[in-house]
Amino acid sequence: MAEVEETLKRIQTHKGVIGTIVVNAEGIPIRTTLDNSTTVQYAGLLHQLTMKARSTVRDLDPQNDLTFLRIRPKKHEIMVAPDKEYLLIVIQNPSE
Amino acid sequence: MGAGGLNTKGRHTQLGSGYLSCTSAFSGSPQPQPCHPNDILPLTLTSATQELFGCRCDEDVTGDNPYKILRKEDIVQDMRMRAAVSDFSPMKQLVLDYPEDELLLVYDRDFIYGSSFYLVLTADAKERHLKPVVALGVEVALEREPSEVFAAQKTSEPQPWISLGSEQEIEEESVTDSRPRLKYRISRVRREFGAPIFFSDRNAMETKDGFIECTPYQDKNFSLKQMERHTGVQTIPNLKSSSTQTQWTYPRSMCTQYEPREFSEEKKENCLQSEKLKNFVNSVASRFEIAIQQNEIMDVFFDDWKALSEEDSGYGRKADPHLKEYQSFTDLHFSKEKTISNINWHPTINGVIAVAVTERLSFEDRINGSTKLLLNPSLILFWSFSDPINPQLLLECPDDVFSFEFCPSDPNIIVGGCMNGQVVLWDISTHVEQLQGTRTSGGKNIAANTNALNETPVVRYCAVSGIENGHKAPITDIQWLPGTFEVSRMGVPMENKNGICVQIVTCAPDCCVMFWDIRAPRVLQTMADQRKQKVEEKPLENPHGVPNTFKHLDLTWKPLIRVSLPKIDTSGEYSPLKISLRDNTCDNHTGSNAGEYLPSLFLRKTRLQLVLSTTFCPQDGELVYTDWKLEKDNDSGRLFSAKPSHRFIIHDGQVNTVRRSPFFKDIILTVGGWTFAIWKEGVTNGPIIQSSCSQKKCTVGYWSQSRPAVLFIGKEDGNIDVWDLLEKTHEPSQTQNITATQITCIKPWIVSSKQHLLAVSDHLGTLHILEIPWTLRSPSSNEKLSMSKYFEKEVDRLVYFEKRREMRAKEKKDYEAEELRKKTPPVVQVLPLKKMREACNFHHRYT
Repeated sequence: MAEVEETLKRIQTHKGVIGTIVVNAEGIPIRTTLDNSTTVQYAGLLHQLTMKARSTVRDLDPQNDLTFLRIRPKKHEIMVAPDKEYLLIVIQNPSE
Repeated sequence: MGAGGLNTKGRHTQLGSGYLSCTSAFSGSPQPQPCHPNDILPLTLTSATQELFGCRCDEDVTGDNPYKILRKEDIVQDMRMRAAVSDFSPMKQLVLDYPEDELLLVYDRDFIYGSSFYLVLTADAKERHLKPVVALGVEVALEREPSEVFAAQKTSEPQPWISLGSEQEIEEESVTDSRPRLKYRISRVRREFGAPIFFSDRNAMETKDGFIECTPYQDKNFSLKQMERHTGVQTIPNLKSSSTQTQWTYPRSMCTQYEPREFSEEKKENCLQSEKLKNFVNSVASRFEIAIQQNEIMDVFFDDWKALSEEDSGYGRKADPHLKEYQSFTDLHFSKEKTISNINWHPTINGVIAVAVTERLSFEDRINGSTKLLLNPSLILFWSFSDPINPQLLLECPDDVFSFEFCPSDPNIIVGGCMNGQVVLWDISTHVEQLQGTRTSGGKNIAANTNALNETPVVRYCAVSGIENGHKAPITDIQWLPGTFEVSRMGVPMENKNGICVQIVTCAPDCCVMFWDIRAPRVLQTMADQRKQKVEEKPLENPHGVPNTFKHLDLTWKPLIRVSLPKIDTSGEYSPLKISLRDNTCDNHTGSNAGEYLPSLFLRKTRLQLVLSTTFCPQDGELVYTDWKLEKDNDSGRLFSAKPSHRFIIHDGQVNTVRRSPFFKDIILTVGGWTFAIWKEGVTNGPIIQSSCSQKKCTVGYWSQSRPAVLFIGKEDGNIDVWDLLEKTHEPSQTQNITATQITCIKPWIVSSKQHLLAVSDHLGTLHILEIPWTLRSPSSNEKLSMSKYFEKEVDRLVYFEKRREMRAKEKKDYEAEELRKKTPPVVQVLPLKKMREACNFHHRYT
């Protein structure tokens, strides 16, 4: 557990990182550094988007799989790493 | 099978072309012989015959090749030669009857027809045999079943039609001529065609048979019942039409509320502990590191091409960086011989600008001409772009107004500070529609307006402070406190939850700063209520048609707090000219640095920071900075304000402008004398930027609203200097002459993204509206960032200088101490080399 904490903390302390969220396979957040309502919103929406992206990738090539998803809105950047059972979401404000 | 069998078989009759079923034709043999069609004849050939005809069994003819063509003549000859012995004798007649010359002999290997050979009797059959006919044995045999292939190949032949009596009905139905058709030919003499007709009357009863009568009679035909009827019948599916109606349910409002699923704490803990999560996080963390670092290094999505194009277009338009004259307003009636002291754009209505018009007389002239001044009331004029000749609205003031402001939360309320120290309030809500209407109207409406209203409406002030309560000197600056802020009676800045501006700050050279509140004072009201209950209320007279908004304040208005700022070093107080305040309330909407999407509550710090420009004599001015709060004097229990923290004398003349930058809350511009200076709050060493002295006095200054690095300075000779701090700081980037006299006020305004206007007023009472060109209004990329970096650099420079100064002072002291010591009785001391060298260095530096 401490390892997990440490790794997440390391990611969190990078410059510009606003928040990290760990979500399980159903879209329920497990661990987060943001407040509850934001977390729940991010978790639900990004979970659906990741599923869609993954199914797109697999439709194009069944032997392929989604490893990393980066979404770049105007204000900051959202990075999602999917897995069979979990989802890790990181929100960063890139340097201007 | 002997000859006997053959004989019996030989007899058979021909019955058309049907097949023989001949079980009964045999005598002797107990089992039925297989039958054969009647166009072949089974026969047995002796070996002699076989040899003779070349059809020996299994030699000439085999199972695979059973056909042998025999010539008829040969057979006839054989029969003649051997007569009865010949195998062909029983069929002598048949052979002779055979039409063709060649007969077909077929080797019947399997004894299908009872003999080893059979002779084909008809030409058709011969053809059939010769042509590959599959399975000859399909012809009717009791033990055999007919094969389908044979049946399919035997196409049915058309047979002649056998009448069964159906043609009689058809004959009955058809229509035929029973007799030949009669022809009639009628002719008339040609001459009678077209002859005139002569009609005459004749009595019908006269002659017999003069008329023919058709008497009615009952025709039996119509009462006949038709017993038989010929109709056609057709079956069709049964059609039935029916209708249904679905049940209409009326719409009803319903709502569902859902909340997201969440895990309980324990479950979360469990998940966190799980091995899978650990593996996942470890495996995935590296991807994140790469991506985050990438973002930190550079912005991948930065569009260099687009960024490049912005600068290019800027260069292209450098041809015209001047402020273009857009419009100018002068009024012959009201602003003759007068000067404009202050300009303000109307915050909500586009194209409406208000100017305060004052007399341009010195103090002595005022006293001399005071009677004339009383007849000529002072005014604030409202100009609208649609009408450059007539002002739209006039606000009447008790005396010349040097500064006035629109209320930020309610643009219908205007507060002004007069020359006699009074504070005046106007409410223009009744005239707002007129102002809005004239904004957009073109020429046609003006004509109508001028006919209807020949004079512009005059609005009287609706509240004015009492003369004894106000200032004792002309009010030089007046400002609204922001809507989130208010100051209590005790002088404690508090948060104003209404969001409406209710308080005003004024300052005047009588060493007072006053805080005024436009709400009805609560304390007085309770007493007044009690009194009012006893006395009848008289309806308040309203002779001038003034709205009752501020009736509670009229003539009795007192300042909430009266503050004077004691001087720092000496006794006495400062007499302020201009104020700039900054409050530090953070409200809900501004979040932390992390971004606007994270709303969170912040502690509300309410502090009031004032920067005042003061004067202690008409020629000089200084700047005073204070973090203001009232303190209680323990001895007398009175409240007095704390001493200001800093003061500076930088400018050589009166400081006439103190303005904060709209982009940086802690950057302040001050203009006075022949220079201007830029200050940063918190940096107390001095101004971070100070301009060089210009040729003429600077009279007013203002920051640009859209570009953080641009400011406008108005001069004594009617020039406007545009300073672009990122371009050059030793001189203005451009100078433009607007008018011939001194510029009294500059106010920029953003009308739309394409139009930025600058309102400039001069000493002669003319208001010029200039359009700011593109180069001066659109910020270059990262301008704000560059400016903040520049300011930081300047701050660093100041700090460095300060340090150097200190260090030098210390060094100097050391040096002097050193000198002093040298003058004491010469004690030969061997100074270490280092110290000697230092002494030399000092010496070099100070010469």
